[in-house]
Amino acid sequence: MNSVMTLSIVAILYLCAVGYLGFRGYKATQTTADYLVAGRKAHPVVMALSYGATFISTSAIVGFGGAAAVFGMGVLWLTVLNIFVGIFIAFVVFGKRTRRMGVHLQAHTFPELLGRRFNSRFIQASCGLIILIFMPLYASAVLIGIARYIESTFTVDFAVAVTVSSIVVAAYVIAGGLKGVMYTDALQGGIMFVGMIVLIFYTYAQLGGVVDAHKKLDAVPELAASQWEAVFPEVRAAAPEDVADDALLGWFAGIAEELKKTATMDDTQKAAFFESLASAKAVGAILKAHPELANQLVVAKLSKGGFQGWTRMPKKGSPMLYTLITSIIMGVGLGVLAQPQLAVRFMTVKSDQELHRAVLVGSVFILSMTGVAFTAGALSNAWFVMPEHGGKVAVASVPGGNIDSIIPAFINGALPKWFGLLFMLTLLSAAMSTLSSQFHTMGTAIGRDFFEKGLLGTKGGGGTVLITRLGIVLGLVATVVLCFVLPEGIIAAATAIFFGLCAAAFLPAYMGALFWKGMTKAGAIASVCAGFFFGFFWIMFIQMPKATLPALLSNYLLGKPTLLPEPIFGIHWNWVEALFVALPLSAVVAVVVSLMTKREPDEHLALCFGGIGRKAEK
Amino acid sequence: MLGIPDFWIWLAYVLCIASTLLSVGYGLINWNKGGEADLSGDTAKWAEEEDKISEEL
Repeated sequence: MNSVMTLSIVAILYLCAVGYLGFRGYKATQTTADYLVAGRKAHPVVMALSYGATFISTSAIVGFGGAAAVFGMGVLWLTVLNIFVGIFIAFVVFGKRTRRMGVHLQAHTFPELLGRRFNSRFIQASCGLIILIFMPLYASAVLIGIARYIESTFTVDFAVAVTVSSIVVAAYVIAGGLKGVMYTDALQGGIMFVGMIVLIFYTYAQLGGVVDAHKKLDAVPELAASQWEAVFPEVRAAAPEDVADDALLGWFAGIAEELKKTATMDDTQKAAFFESLASAKAVGAILKAHPELANQLVVAKLSKGGFQGWTRMPKKGSPMLYTLITSIIMGVGLGVLAQPQLAVRFMTVKSDQELHRAVLVGSVFILSMTGVAFTAGALSNAWFVMPEHGGKVAVASVPGGNIDSIIPAFINGALPKWFGLLFMLTLLSAAMSTLSSQFHTMGTAIGRDFFEKGLLGTKGGGGTVLITRLGIVLGLVATVVLCFVLPEGIIAAATAIFFGLCAAAFLPAYMGALFWKGMTKAGAIASVCAGFFFGFFWIMFIQMPKATLPALLSNYLLGKPTLLPEPIFGIHWNWVEALFVALPLSAVVAVVVSLMTKREPDEHLALCFGGIGRKAEK
Repeated sequence: MLGIPDFWIWLAYVLCIASTLLSVGYGLINWNKGGEADLSGDTAKWAEEEDKISEEL
């Protein structure tokens, strides 16, 4: 009860602080019109922190940080893309043109930008619908991120943690968090920055400095092997004679896996279990006496997927390498370019100067977010494996091996208590700033894009406002429901699916809209449809998330984990992220159909690109 | 190599810092460039509509 009280007090204080400072910031900037027209300026730090706080969520810190504890430091390639693609390319290449075209076309949402550029209500409505339906998946990944931290820090039930987080989110939304006040986001970004800098400082300090920490992490698989060697004679004695020495680890791991099932059994079931599996008792006793054997079991299990250590890339052609590169690194690394809630940020920028300056601040911010989270996530193994910290690698140190719980467990175990609360504020900030922009995008997607402009094709009245609000409430409910329905350890996979789907459906049309006058309305429609439907089909019938979970509809409707179980041309397509196949298809369709159809009228192109060609290159 | 034995991991670690430095350098070089107001009178109309959407939410 005490922990719930502390949690509530911290959450309320945080909301008050954010609310108060947000209100002050709001009063200071007043309106977008004041800012853009009346000569007010937004500080580049504010703009960059605001963008960064929207970009980086609990999903990146808790979900992908946890993934780094399993995949190792190879996840840092995502940070390289986060900085180079998510900041540099996004601001310098996409940002400048998006800003100008958005104002020329009087577009206020991402679907509206595409819809007006291609003169198509269908595009605006369909993009709005895709966002409305799939954004809750990403929002739930963000909400699970904060809930897992609350669950671990205050030892409350996950259901309680989700409920508390949802109430905080709802309170924030009702209190006006959707207004997208840059200063509120920037404040949250500032809290996140401090929290993550402290985290990396402590992590390296606890492990003896940068080089020593990496060396200790590199030595963990070797340590696990030596621990196994030390207990080998005991295991040999407990195993049936027909199990060969080199098959002993596999045999031991198999029974250890079976033993996990006893956690949910009653006494009668347990008795029957131990009677049917003769060696289970002996294996259980060995595991109890030598909990450190969990390390070798984890290494052996991961090695089957291609794992070679936390400081090494997975084996060539292994499922782990496929997942790491196509899903975790590329899916999110490239998908960021077509994120609707991020693209609109460029439209509220006054001049290219702010974008230039924001590149500087944004890159440092992102390095301190994902760079820190992924490094700390991988290094947590070297900390957890110390005897005084339990002696087991990260994934074996959290309940149920849930990777989403690794970062929370690491923070609570390795860092001072005061930091636990600071980090909760860091995560609350990361969650709030991203969730508010997600619900803002969902609201405008249903009200403005789908209903008002798409269906009615006119300016709506009060009805649109009502539908927008209804859309936000439905989005919130769907997000909370998904938190309970989705399996454990899903944050990174759910985020990658949303980012990948957005890239497949929107990126070629978005790029064509900004950079190619020859892209036609038919080309854009065909590209969005091909990217979305093929990407969706791939996710539902082919792609096995994390290379182990079954593809949802294939499993449900056909009873098969995937429609493509065997490699074709030497490629395991079932391990490949949808983005990898749907994005090229969507791009090819965009080009081919555009070349075959009539170019948009010159007057319209002049309106869209008015001055862009000249000024953007300056 | 910073205690990292795998070249590809080392490269990722170094590129994280290098891409940040590239962005910082770009920001510094262009710090005062592109500051001129280059948008037409449409901006006022756009900003007004943006505020309306914000208020409705």
